[in-house]
Amino acid sequence: MSEQPQHHSVENPSPQDHNDQKTLTTQNAADYWHSNLRLLAKLLTVWFVVSFGCGILLVDWLDQFTFFGFKLGFWFAQQGAIYVFVALIFIYAWRIQTIERQFGVDDDEGSL
Amino acid sequence: MSTQLLTYLFVGASFALYIGIAVWSRAGSTKDFYVAGGGVHPVVNGMATAADWMSAASFISMAGIISFMGRDGSVYLLGWTGGYVLLALLMAPYLRKFGRFTVPDFIGERYYSKTARMVAVVCLIFVSFTYVAGQMRGVGIVFSRFLEVDVETGVIIGMAVVFMYAVLGGMKGITYTQVAQYCVLIFAYMVPAIFISIMITGNPIPQLGFGSEVADGSGLSVLQKLDSVLTDLGFSAYTQGSKSTIDVFAITAALMFGTAGLPHVLVRFFTVPKVSDARKSAGYALAFIAILYTTAPAVASFARLNLVDTVHNTSYEQAPQWFSNWESTGLVEWQDKNNDGVMQYSAGAANEVKIDRDIMVLANPEIANLPGWVIALVAAGGVAAALSTAAGLLLVISSSISHDLLKQTLMPSITEKQELLFARMAAAVAVCIAGLFGIYPPAFVAQVVAFAFGLAAASLFPAIVLGIFSKRINKQGAIAGMLLGLIFTFVYILYFKFISPELNSAENWLLGISPEGIGFIGMLLNIAAAFAVSRFTAPPPVEVQNLVDDIRIPSGAAVAHSH
Repeated sequence: MSEQPQHHSVENPSPQDHNDQKTLTTQNAADYWHSNLRLLAKLLTVWFVVSFGCGILLVDWLDQFTFFGFKLGFWFAQQGAIYVFVALIFIYAWRIQTIERQFGVDDDEGSL
Repeated sequence: MSTQLLTYLFVGASFALYIGIAVWSRAGSTKDFYVAGGGVHPVVNGMATAADWMSAASFISMAGIISFMGRDGSVYLLGWTGGYVLLALLMAPYLRKFGRFTVPDFIGERYYSKTARMVAVVCLIFVSFTYVAGQMRGVGIVFSRFLEVDVETGVIIGMAVVFMYAVLGGMKGITYTQVAQYCVLIFAYMVPAIFISIMITGNPIPQLGFGSEVADGSGLSVLQKLDSVLTDLGFSAYTQGSKSTIDVFAITAALMFGTAGLPHVLVRFFTVPKVSDARKSAGYALAFIAILYTTAPAVASFARLNLVDTVHNTSYEQAPQWFSNWESTGLVEWQDKNNDGVMQYSAGAANEVKIDRDIMVLANPEIANLPGWVIALVAAGGVAAALSTAAGLLLVISSSISHDLLKQTLMPSITEKQELLFARMAAAVAVCIAGLFGIYPPAFVAQVVAFAFGLAAASLFPAIVLGIFSKRINKQGAIAGMLLGLIFTFVYILYFKFISPELNSAENWLLGISPEGIGFIGMLLNIAAAFAVSRFTAPPPVEVQNLVDDIRIPSGAAVAHSH
């Protein structure tokens, strides 16, 4: 099962694009979307590895290591994965804003 | 001052605060009522989302459940936090860009279909009422133990307070009361946890404390000591799992995808000003939630250790005060099987002590002999957690009725004023139904929690994510997927929980997956059906494909928002 619905076909931008944004071209929008999907794929891989991987599938194997007094697998399942989740969201919020600005599709309209 | 008086004082003061906020932040328009005017700061929204999310189950029950399940309890910790990553990465920013009022709004427009909208409304109402029943029950437990009033009176007081701010203030009132409720509940959770962590390990940070050595000179860490004490009593070791890996995997997945599909959480991201704010807001929400969720497993292990220490092999005459306090509620029981007047706590038939896991957090300060004001604080925190979640749920129920059912489907000609009136009436009716659930708790409340997450995972989550990430999924595909996921999950849970509960064991389950985890399979079926049916039917119209293009791009949301 793929966590991110990646199966979508590369969309052919409709010829009559109603978007009246001056700076925004259809090509920019498509490029932005591809960069976004690549970033999502990386972050969701980490999401899967720390929770389903370290916390569930590999938990018994990881338990042979000790970390701050915890068995490592147990620590991932009850502590570590949650910290990584928080970090992942902030990393995404920060990285995607850089990508948006690069393609001119960010939402900083006037105010900052 | 007595603990009793302090409890009245704390709970009363917190109620006065919530009502004060409600009067100050009355809703004037449907936009105020449904999405708090759309101008909520991301940190404020994050805090409100955290209070909305952390229910009586998180505050009162979760640490207790983990306490008795040990490592298997991780399914709740991972499942109820991991969903926020999906929310922030795959849903919240796009729903905010879409910029309407409700989750069925999105499904109805993306799949250009009133049927799809109605399927979404049915899922939403079912999921939300299931959940609300549990909250009112939580309010009842807290009131009956700490305020020594009947459960009925407790529920009615709770209803009156929610009524005040949900019906008057709508989303606007709820948002600001939830911020206050978050502060109350997190303070109430952390204070006893820190106290107990210092008492047991000398470490003031519970997250580190439960990996540290016990301050009794044994040289063992908390978890090592717990493992050895429990195995001596015949229980399985705390840090070992007893569920199968596939079941743990499926339950965690169902809870995660279900979390990301819960309407009362999704709708919170309609309230922030910009797309980028929706992402940040989800991050703040999870950070605020993580404070409680990383403390809960520590509380769980301390509580279990304390329980064994204070109860096992203690003579009944010398039973601690908390034991008799809770015996009167029937949630703690002792039966002297070997007639020696001593309480034996162990696994198996010789066990004489029955402890309801729902009391672990509430009784914890008493078990650890903490001062009266800490106990009063925990009571106020439990009520805050239950009320904040109940209010959020009542709001999505009322908006799906006034907005999706009446305005968008049955009575499109009503004015905004009338729609607002209907929204308030729907909220009032929903409060009363929720109150009835609290006073006459249906025997099946505990069993139906699996429903809420399973159905959200199997119906709403895939419809929303596929609607954003695929342009090819059409009306027929989405409806077929939602119905298949919904019916499959519903029937599976119904069969094992209600029709043939005697067959509810691993050898009869499909692939070894329990009813709690089956929503994950329902979700996979939903996705498969959505793609298969869409492939053989006409693609969505051009306007809908343009809509998808538009919600994928963050810019322009502020413009769409201002009219």
